[in-house]
Amino acid sequence: MKETKKVYWKGLEQLSNDPEYVKYADKEFPEYLPINGEDDKTGEASSRRDFLKLMGFGVAAASLAACEAPIRNAIPYVNKPVDVDPGVPNYYASTFWMGGQYASVVVKTREGRPIKVEGNRLSKISQGGTNALVDASVLSLYDKARLQGPKKEGQDITWEDLDKEAVAAFDAATAAGKKIIFVANTIISPTFLKAITEFQTKYPSAELVQYDTQSVAGMLKSNEEVFGIKAVPCYHFERAKTIVSFDADFLGTWIDPIEYTKGYSKSRRLDPDKKEMSRHYQFESNMSLTGANADYRTPIKPSQQGPAVVALYNAVASVTGNATISGGGEFANIKKAASDLTKTKGNSLVVSGSNDPAIQTLVAGINNMLGNYGTTLGFARTSNLRKGDDAAFDQFVSDAAAGNVGAVVFLNSNPVYNHAKGAAVANAMAKIPFSLSTTDRKDETASSVTYIAPTNHFLESWGDAEPKTGMFSLSQPTINTLFNTRQHEESILRWTGNNTEYFEYLKANWQSFSNGLTDLKYWSFWDKILQDGVYKLDEAEVEMTANVDAAAAASSVASNYKGSGVELALYQKVAIGDGTQGNNPWLHETPDPITKVTWDNYLTVAISDAKEWGITEVELKANRVNLTVNGTTMDVPVVIQPGQARGTVGLALGYGRTAAGRVGNKLGVDANPLVSSINGTTSLSVVSGVSIEVTPVTYQLARTQTQQTYMDRENVVQESTLPAYKKDSGAGRWHPHIATWTSEEGKVKPAEISLWKGHKYKDHHWGMAVDMTTCTGCSACHVACVSENNIPVVGRQEVINRRDMHWMRIDRYYSSSPEAIEAADGVVDGYRALEVAAENPEVTFQPMMCQHCNNAGCETVCPVAATTHSTSGLNQMTYNRCIGTRYCANNCAYKVRRFNWFKYHDNTQFDKNLSMNNDLGKMVLNPDVTVRSRGVMEKCSMCVQRIQSGKLQAKNEKRRTVDGDINTACASACPADAIVFGDMNDPNSRISQLLKIKDIEGDYGIDKKVREPRAYTVLEEVGAKPNVLYLTKIRNKDNA
Amino acid sequence: MHVTSQIREPLVTGGKSMAQVSDDICRHVEGKPTKSWIMAFTAAVGVLTIGAISVGTLLWEGVGVWGLNKTVGWAWDITNFVWWVGIGHAGTLISAVLLLFRQKWRMSINRAAEAMTIFAVICALMFPGFHMGRLWVGFYWALPLPNTFGSLWVNFNSPLLWDVFAISTYFSVSLVFWYVGLVPDFATIRDRAKNAVSRAIYGGLSLGWTGGAKDWSRYESVSLILAGLATPLVLSVHTIVSMDFATSVIPGWHTTIFPPYFVAGAIFSGFAMVLTLLLITRKVFKLEDYITIQHIEMMNIIIIVTGSIVGIAYITEFFMAWYSGVPAEQYAFINRMTGPYWWAYLTMMTANVISPQVFWIKKIRTNIVATFILSIIVNIGMWFERFVIVVTSIHRDFVPSSWAMFYPTKHDVGMYLFSFGFFFTAYLLFSKFFPVINIAEVKSILNSDGEKID
Repeated sequence: MKETKKVYWKGLEQLSNDPEYVKYADKEFPEYLPINGEDDKTGEASSRRDFLKLMGFGVAAASLAACEAPIRNAIPYVNKPVDVDPGVPNYYASTFWMGGQYASVVVKTREGRPIKVEGNRLSKISQGGTNALVDASVLSLYDKARLQGPKKEGQDITWEDLDKEAVAAFDAATAAGKKIIFVANTIISPTFLKAITEFQTKYPSAELVQYDTQSVAGMLKSNEEVFGIKAVPCYHFERAKTIVSFDADFLGTWIDPIEYTKGYSKSRRLDPDKKEMSRHYQFESNMSLTGANADYRTPIKPSQQGPAVVALYNAVASVTGNATISGGGEFANIKKAASDLTKTKGNSLVVSGSNDPAIQTLVAGINNMLGNYGTTLGFARTSNLRKGDDAAFDQFVSDAAAGNVGAVVFLNSNPVYNHAKGAAVANAMAKIPFSLSTTDRKDETASSVTYIAPTNHFLESWGDAEPKTGMFSLSQPTINTLFNTRQHEESILRWTGNNTEYFEYLKANWQSFSNGLTDLKYWSFWDKILQDGVYKLDEAEVEMTANVDAAAAASSVASNYKGSGVELALYQKVAIGDGTQGNNPWLHETPDPITKVTWDNYLTVAISDAKEWGITEVELKANRVNLTVNGTTMDVPVVIQPGQARGTVGLALGYGRTAAGRVGNKLGVDANPLVSSINGTTSLSVVSGVSIEVTPVTYQLARTQTQQTYMDRENVVQESTLPAYKKDSGAGRWHPHIATWTSEEGKVKPAEISLWKGHKYKDHHWGMAVDMTTCTGCSACHVACVSENNIPVVGRQEVINRRDMHWMRIDRYYSSSPEAIEAADGVVDGYRALEVAAENPEVTFQPMMCQHCNNAGCETVCPVAATTHSTSGLNQMTYNRCIGTRYCANNCAYKVRRFNWFKYHDNTQFDKNLSMNNDLGKMVLNPDVTVRSRGVMEKCSMCVQRIQSGKLQAKNEKRRTVDGDINTACASACPADAIVFGDMNDPNSRISQLLKIKDIEGDYGIDKKVREPRAYTVLEEVGAKPNVLYLTKIRNKDNA
Repeated sequence: MHVTSQIREPLVTGGKSMAQVSDDICRHVEGKPTKSWIMAFTAAVGVLTIGAISVGTLLWEGVGVWGLNKTVGWAWDITNFVWWVGIGHAGTLISAVLLLFRQKWRMSINRAAEAMTIFAVICALMFPGFHMGRLWVGFYWALPLPNTFGSLWVNFNSPLLWDVFAISTYFSVSLVFWYVGLVPDFATIRDRAKNAVSRAIYGGLSLGWTGGAKDWSRYESVSLILAGLATPLVLSVHTIVSMDFATSVIPGWHTTIFPPYFVAGAIFSGFAMVLTLLLITRKVFKLEDYITIQHIEMMNIIIIVTGSIVGIAYITEFFMAWYSGVPAEQYAFINRMTGPYWWAYLTMMTANVISPQVFWIKKIRTNIVATFILSIIVNIGMWFERFVIVVTSIHRDFVPSSWAMFYPTKHDVGMYLFSFGFFFTAYLLFSKFFPVINIAEVKSILNSDGEKID
């Protein structure tokens, strides 16, 4: 063979003898082979043996899996996206703003699918908290009821044609001298507002009409009059020592409940160094979530709200030496509240949920007299979450009816459904030449417009938000648009003639917030804020002078607050809000924190009224009633509600939707037409013209809990008052003792007697602590759990059958009626009396999930050992092994186990279980959690998948997990930080600190010495030794 | 002093000769089915079919077709299970215990009682089977079989597993005992058979019985050994069934009195069921001479005794609940008596404790109609006893938020009917094709001098 002198180079590097090349020249694979992810940091190369092991295992696993599995056509990535690794989640910061609720969030995506929304801990506003609506929003993304592309009169249309026709219509409207109206719920995105402003520059007749489904226009009006600032102030509940709320459900639905709950829980949290908590007075008609948490709650009628505020004003004014005003009256707890307010002057807070400017003026006056501005509330930053202007909306309706509107665009808003004047809007539509809606589905409003230009779900969109002035939160898409939709911000740009993508527009706009950064510096700034999701500008100093015309307000109150007959107080439910996510089955099946009813709205009626009106409840079936409000009659079911003010009834908004989608349609009644108005603003109270006619028809509501009281069971709920707690940190604790046979031992603690040898927890010992004092019962944890753990939705009938599948429930207990107990005669009667809730009860919330008992009742009774104890204290359920005898559930003292009575996935019988019954919905499933089959038991796993992934990551990084690496879905969602999860073997973990766990160094057994006097395990004397501990409920009351 | 023993009442009346005994008992085996038998059989198969629809639905849809819920995980299923197991007690008690005590009056009733035992145990076994969420794996995963799942083994801590052992042992011993007793009678039928088919079938069933002295001697010893084996089982089965409840933590279940209480209850209900069936069989097959008023009286006496034991147990439970000072325990019993299921408790108390007391009156305990009515009342009462224990204990246990009610659905009823359908179908087939009275043994208690009595 002829010898050749030719030399082939592998590349220019070889030719130039690049040192980098020489280094690896003799290696078979010159580049680093990424076998395990840690090498970038440690610099350790994986050994060939490791590679072979992994490959061998991989081949073996793959071939084993191939033995039985049917062939499914999975299509692998041809070119793997850089950031997407199978099995490794990615997190993107984003912003939730829907239905008037805001949260900065972090979205967990797996293989490119968003599967979980969690709070963004970097946010200074929502501070990592979420609520039910936020947690459930990820399911709304995969809703089949969403439109798959733009529509014109129900027919498909291309975006190009739609844009052309829209622009033509806008031009025509301008030419005809008619208005172009954008109807939106409050827009908190500065960039979006800028785009709309640019549109207005092109079409000067364009107006933006913002309205809120829960309007605070009255407060805006009042603040403008009093302070000259038309804005919602920032509330700092964390600084308040006394909180007085008039019908403001600030923990549940009012303006920004997540932020307020964060603050409120800080003011309520007790620890050995801070034996102080705020005192909370609530004056309200319906039993709200906030009222349920109050220390002193006074039921008042809506028509008494004005006089009650006046009474408080006068009581405070007389102490602070200000002029009193006329009016008022005698109300329980007003004097006491005034005395506490004045004692904590400057650190107190009065809020009102009323939309009457007069009341808001008086409330501002009270806060001003108390010197609270600047501490517990203020205008240094203002909240942008409510900018709705009721007057502007009314103007739009009359303009539209008069034919003065040439074009209307509903920016993801649904006034036909959720505004009191919805019917008028729908009727006026015929007189508007061009009508377009950008909602994601053909909802009530979109059904009456010509064009629908469906916007993206927020998880598919770019965006920004300014929930408070100078505090920003960004949104980035976590998935490509699922359908042929376009975010409406971009639509506006197109119609303005701006062809830049909204992302570029956003980025460009943000340069203005970056203090003039350019190019590289700006890019890194942009990347940083995008990654963090939040950005903050410095607080501006605000000069503020208050000009409270209390006398005028008092005379307005005197003339307006005259109730006659039954009064109706409309409200929003914590888990449904205004009904925007009305097609979300997770939310419908989330029991209302107070009534524990799912899938319905209902009239709440006071116990004494029910008796008087002849409404009876037999075996959970109560009479339906005909509610007539100023001529409108609707047939509604009834909940007999402890704590409801006498002479009032409550009804939730957000129901009775007709075009939400398959799940949400025809649930309950639509109460929006009943919304009234006061002093030119919408009002949720109807103080006259309400009548109730009891019908013989009975109806059973789907409740997850039917027993109202805790039957004086101190081993379940242990509570006390602040003064008692100050004297003795263990106040309210109940210490069971068991008598032993031998006289030397006498009575011993139940934990000291055991048949079992106990477990050794050499490594971790997972545990959880739930603070019942800070827990508000908001149900964020509940929905987070549903989302994390693929919990099926079973539907209304199955909830009635008491078969909800929730792994985590929040037990709500009312205090028993003292009158009934007083009247009881004998033991049996005594027990019956305990079942009766008080007319205005104290409320206790107790989140209840698997207690992960060390001596678990379930573990011993399973015949096939399907439920076993882990080496780190978890009670684990092996679905594969379960044969479904349900013995474990029967023997669970805490009744937390849930059985798969039916096949809940791929079953048309359970088609409301959207996340398991269609291909789109299934995208929301957490791939780390099995979808359970029919006939097996399930229960809280303490998010074992998160524990495993946290441990794996720590192991990869060759370290032990540290506190905070792992958190359960419930604990991470909790806006009150009431749930603490952690390793009880780690002396530095928050849970060890919180519970003051001793003897960690010594024996790694189960019997941790918990030294926190408030900590207790539920049903201690049963001896199950749970790993979930509760901290006593402390109320800030003078006496119990 | 010269003592003359009282002449005992003869156990078989009518002065039967040995041939007459064979004739009387074999008659219905050899003859054509009677009209009443055909009607009864049709009804039983009908009920079985209706029940089968429910069972089919259950298997197709899931356990959710029953009325169970997150709080009440067992209701009619385990109630029926315990009830049927209880009924299944009398057979072994009659055959084994009374055999060991040489109670000869048992001879004319033990066959039917044993058959009833076997069918009742099969009925009982249906419920733990069908109540499982995943019957298709559960039926063999609950057995300690070697498997390919690695070191996966059953959980020996679980009373449910003990149940598996206890009931399967009981079932096999009872079955063998029953069959051994049948062998000489099958041979009798074989020898009398007129056609080849029955000769072949009964010949096969009789396992080559020759009637020789060796056969009889072996027969006797096997019977005695099996009786010895079966006797502890009478106590163990229901003891272990009661441990399903007694070892749990649930107030109302967590009770050490359960084993003796359950055994007494089982004998109580078993005897009542034997009476119900025998009174019908006696009438239909005209066996008044073999199953006499004396038998009925004896069994009624056992019913008073066991019924009173059960009554004392009920009262003891209440005393213990009060004496324990455990609030949940106290509430569980108050709730039993006065809670939403008070009517079940009242039915149980009336039917089980009060009604059998009328048997203190000799006129009533020797009256066939009264005995028949009371035997049914007792069985209703015993069903409610199990319902009270199973459902009213768990429907309101420790954590009040989970309190719930149980309402049965049509499929709960259907499944129960299925077990009845099976039981009566099997019993009717047995009574038609098998000798309902032990021919060989009854012959041993005939009045040997052949003198006509009565």
